[in-house]
Amino acid sequence: MKFFYFHLMPYADVDLDAVKAVGTSWVKLPNSNYDPKKGAALYNRYLDEMERAEALGFDGVGVNEHHQTAYGMMPSPIVTASALARRTKRVKIAILGSALPLRSHPLTIAEEHAMIDNITEGRLITGFVRGIGAEYHVFGVDPTESHGRFHEAHELIIRAWTEPGPFEFFGKYYRHRYVNVWPRPYQQPHPPVWIPSQGSQETIDFAAHPDRKYTYLHTFSPTVAVAKYLNMYRERAEEYGYTASTDKLGWAVPIYVGETDAKAMAEAKTHFENFRNIFAKMPIEFLLPPGYTSRESMKRVIAAKQSMFADLTLEAAIEHGMMICGSAATVRDRLVDYQKELRFGNLLTLLQFGTLPADLTAANAERFARDVMPSLREVGEDAVPEAVDA
Amino acid sequence: MSEGETFKATTVTVRGCTVAMLRGGKGEPLLYLHGANGAGRTLPFMEALAERYDVLVPEHPGFGGSDEPDWLDNIHDVAYFYLDFMQSIDLRGVHLVGMSLGGWIALEIAVRDTARLKTLTLAVPAGLRVAGLKTGDPYAWSPQETMRQAFHDPKVAEAAIAALPENVEADDTFLKNRSTFATLGWEPRLHDPHLEKWLHRIDLPTRIVWGADDNFLSADYAAEFAKRIPGSEVTVIPECGHLLHVEKPAEFVSAIDSHIEAQKAEAQKTEAGKAGARKAGVSAS
Repeated sequence: MKFFYFHLMPYADVDLDAVKAVGTSWVKLPNSNYDPKKGAALYNRYLDEMERAEALGFDGVGVNEHHQTAYGMMPSPIVTASALARRTKRVKIAILGSALPLRSHPLTIAEEHAMIDNITEGRLITGFVRGIGAEYHVFGVDPTESHGRFHEAHELIIRAWTEPGPFEFFGKYYRHRYVNVWPRPYQQPHPPVWIPSQGSQETIDFAAHPDRKYTYLHTFSPTVAVAKYLNMYRERAEEYGYTASTDKLGWAVPIYVGETDAKAMAEAKTHFENFRNIFAKMPIEFLLPPGYTSRESMKRVIAAKQSMFADLTLEAAIEHGMMICGSAATVRDRLVDYQKELRFGNLLTLLQFGTLPADLTAANAERFARDVMPSLREVGEDAVPEAVDA
Repeated sequence: MSEGETFKATTVTVRGCTVAMLRGGKGEPLLYLHGANGAGRTLPFMEALAERYDVLVPEHPGFGGSDEPDWLDNIHDVAYFYLDFMQSIDLRGVHLVGMSLGGWIALEIAVRDTARLKTLTLAVPAGLRVAGLKTGDPYAWSPQETMRQAFHDPKVAEAAIAALPENVEADDTFLKNRSTFATLGWEPRLHDPHLEKWLHRIDLPTRIVWGADDNFLSADYAAEFAKRIPGSEVTVIPECGHLLHVEKPAEFVSAIDSHIEAQKAEAQKTEAGKAGARKAGVSAS
């Protein structure tokens, strides 16, 4: 399998009591809680951690986009990816992803991603997402248009990368008399596209479609959900008439490797629970604005509301496979088992989470790279690579 | 759709779009345009109005029992729909009453064409944004919080919360209404930046009604609308929140009634004046 060092870049120095008082770190937490001096130190620390991932032997680094929140300080993953572009030489840089409907002009995404692909001479992995519900509150984008805008923006970007310009594009949401993007992407026909998601039939159908065969990345969920959606992808692929290779499937999960199981649990507990129960928490009105997803999906989420919105202990998270934590041997064994069960080819490790400080993050990454990664390299690699379409 | 003694459930189809409607009472037609929570139930204020008017309460396209047409993208689409609606069932001399979101729709109708309208009553209309005036954000409120914000009297709010369907957030009608509410009002947030430019076109007797303690749209909006709509008058209901048709139905009905009666008296006076002028042999041109 391939290993990515995924970072959310949380504002770890936030006053946790302030977040608890507001009830969420999203949208409504006053930005007077952000101290630029502390923030600057965190930005540089996190960039160092991602740069270090290359030396540790990771295959790639992953960044993402979230707005107006202490959960992640990456309103623009393009900026993070750009900062990494020339400080790394070998690793893939995965933008997971750019939130297409939040841009009034998605062509700017085609341009900026193509720039990074050129600067890195083809090390970019492009990711497209819709943005989470809270972000529709931030940008005043009508959530009932979210799916429509995503699909139209995706079409515009892919056509801008693959069709000779200039050409016209007149959609429902985006209208351009001239589409003629400079630079063209370095990778031809375009950078690999990944679709990060917490799972929906529509997303799977879209990603697995033979015109696309995009890598589907399931993020931060119980393994029963991960298994369900990765299986759904494989089944859709068979229905479309091809077999999905493992490199088309990915899983993102927080991991902590300690010297022993007991030490790992003790070191990770508070920081993981802060991540899950303080940084990630938001009211349902933010998570699911009206029309953001189909009414049936809304109902499913609301039915699971109790379990979704309840606090989660580290122990319960481990039980559900929402976190892997223990000695190197324990983490290795869990990953071998999960790979057998889930059959993914890309593992996105979240080795810094919540308030996990620099020293523990560094030790975690070193142990993972030294004592876990090497023995798993061959696990999940297809014996025969997928045949290239004629 | 629940009907009662007075109100009967019916449907109207306009160019392939069917809307559900409650209709009841006798008199001149009164078209009531509901707010974001939808309609479909007979409320006490409707019963009171039905004593004197032929009251029509359709559910807007995209709400309750009505169709969700592909063409529904914005508030203008709803306004044009209602112009077609009045034409298709040949409503004339209509007393148009709009509540909140429905008040905004009524405004969008009235700046376009008032030929079929006789009077306009705007209850806490959305549609205008004035810098510095306080507004709430109903899209960020849970259904329970919405009710707490909607009334002056906490007891009325608690009763409204108790009356919510069980597990309301997963209720089909709730999800449908809320989605259409977002389509119409999410961006720009519950107003049309271009509406203000054309409010001078409203050539109808207009009454603006507001609850003094409105947490959705500050009661200061009443004067702002009055400034922009020629000859309009304001009624402020004391100790009353945003959902004034529920919290103060008698006062709401009385505001509508007195407005329509005043317009009738004015029309009679004009007629009498014309007749007098004819008798005296003065040209009325």
